Amino acid sequence: MLDAKERRKLKDKARELREKIVEVTFTCGGAHIGGAFSQHEILVALYYKAMRIDPKRPAWEDRDRFILSKGHGGVGHAVILGDLGYYDPVLLKDFNKTGSPFGMHLDRLKVPGVDFSTGSLGHGLALGLGAAMGARQTGKDWRTYVVMSDGECAEGSVWEAAMAAANFKATNLMAFVDRNRLSLDGPTESLMRLDPLDKKFEAFGWRTLVIDGHDLDQILDAVEISRAETERPVMVIANTIKGKGVDFMEEKTAWHYGGLDEAMRDAALASILKS
Amino acid sequence: MAKAQGLTWTIDDADHMTQAEIYGEVLTQIGLKNKRVVALTADLARSTKIGKFEEKIPERFYNVGIAEANMIAVAAGMTEAGLIPVVSTFATFASMRAAEFVRTDMCYQKRNVKIIATHSGTSFGQAGTTHHCTEDLAIMRSFAGMTVIAPADAFETARAVAAAIDFDGPVYIRIGRGFEPPMHKSMDFDFEIGKAIKLRDGRDLTIIATGVAVLQAMEAAERAAGNGVSVRVLDMHTVKPLDEDAVREALMDTRRIITVEDHSVIGGLGDAVADVIARSGKGCAFKKLGYQDCFAMVGYYEDLQHHYGIDADGIIDAIALVLKAEFEADEDWEDEI
Ligand SMILES: Cc1ncc(C[n+]2csc(CCOP(=O)(O)OP(=O)(O)O)c2C)c(N)n1
Repeated sequence: MLDAKERRKLKDKARELREKIVEVTFTCGGAHIGGAFSQHEILVALYYKAMRIDPKRPAWEDRDRFILSKGHGGVGHAVILGDLGYYDPVLLKDFNKTGSPFGMHLDRLKVPGVDFSTGSLGHGLALGLGAAMGARQTGKDWRTYVVMSDGECAEGSVWEAAMAAANFKATNLMAFVDRNRLSLDGPTESLMRLDPLDKKFEAFGWRTLVIDGHDLDQILDAVEISRAETERPVMVIANTIKGKGVDFMEEKTAWHYGGLDEAMRDAALASILKS
Repeated sequence: MAKAQGLTWTIDDADHMTQAEIYGEVLTQIGLKNKRVVALTADLARSTKIGKFEEKIPERFYNVGIAEANMIAVAAGMTEAGLIPVVSTFATFASMRAAEFVRTDMCYQKRNVKIIATHSGTSFGQAGTTHHCTEDLAIMRSFAGMTVIAPADAFETARAVAAAIDFDGPVYIRIGRGFEPPMHKSMDFDFEIGKAIKLRDGRDLTIIATGVAVLQAMEAAERAAGNGVSVRVLDMHTVKPLDEDAVREALMDTRRIITVEDHSVIGGLGDAVADVIARSGKGCAFKKLGYQDCFAMVGYYEDLQHHYGIDADGIIDAIALVLKAEFEADEDWEDEI
């Protein structure tokens, strides 16, 4: 549980970062803004509270590892890493520009603080399992956090990794599904049904929690549960809203990817301020 | 042979449509006539424009979610009922995520599935390496029994899609993101799978290009002509089976060849052409343009084409080099330059 002051601080931080995501989306001409907003509180809770990291030492051996398996959320991730001081956030003015280190999907060889290059869906859970097994093998106590999208759970590779993580008792691995119920072509439940997603992961051997993915306390409580778990890896089905925080983007498939003109940017910022 | 036949709709009706939309439209027209055609995608109906088929023929459209390997095997299975499945996703996922399913379920078993792979090369420039695809020609060429086509523009894509449906066997059609400028003026030209189109004749040098590079090759040839260099341009839309006769003819006539492709120089069109040249035993000045064994950076497509030397400027530079290059003369050849 967060105390009231901490909660206030984190919420303000989340809002400030949403505004920055809007600014980057405005300057770069277009970004995966809908999914960046649905995953947002999970990343904020992990990066500003839960994870053992040191932005001054991005290659610190004992840091916790983070994998944005839904790599298209890179715009949100990049804004957070810049804010934490992994690099000068001014660099983000070149997001998506030719020759920039920052593309839609972040490259670990170009962006400090990024542990794994993602963008092709369905890789992150297995990468995370490997990292977690690597830590255990080498007697290290760092933990690995993976954030997946719900759409990517249609990939067989997710379930191969899910089966393996339970099999190998990777309790130093924790994963989230950003359950915003929308993928690119529409609602997951009318495209490729996922429900009951929690029961599926449960059946694959995970301890599965269902939470409100925009509630910082619930996210951090889940992290505590994962840390205490000794038998099963923990999967969090985080119910979220695609486009969360900007009224005209919420629950809209069209805002999976989009650009903003000045008027839309101002409307988006106004909406974030109200929320 | 083969002018466009039986298509009630032509691209001329829709100047504003992108390359991808045009294939979606053509496929829909074919589907309305041919009930055996079914369409599948993996959560990219809108991005690839195969969703146009869904709008008109929802009962023969399947969206399998983000599951490309599954999609290929399902499509291969559907052929057992005599269906002609057309699947569309990004080239990177069609050719790499699903590669072994393509090889074993489509090619090895001779299944009549057509893949329309979009966003190939670096056409999805800003999305970076995970969404670039500069390896698919190499991978698909290596699968026995696979036909591999990289149309130059929307008109050619329309023709290629129609030809692929008529063709019995697995076909891989590779297109860009959909915003590529047109090469041809209409859909009305000779198109035959496996037959290069000689877009321009020339004596001094031949550029063999595929996909979007064809337009760049034409521009470069035009500019070279202004400097008194006579350049032949072959639109090698079918990378496999390669039109070896056209390559040999270019070899014998010009003895200087440049290949251009929005693809790695390893295993694609360039290597296919090099193979023909090597087997001929003839001397030839030769250069392959493409990505030189690297992952491309992030950026706008036009910038990337320029940076990696596969636009008209890069081809012009290559022409200068290849014209200067020495090669061993043989009895069939005396260099006249
Ligand atoms: C293997 C793979 N297939 C397809 C894509 C293209 N793609 C990018 S995002 C996306 C779907 C977005 O929906 P979801 O995964 O649920 O993400 P979110 O709603 O959280 O943004 C797709 C199909 C991809 N990146 N990787």
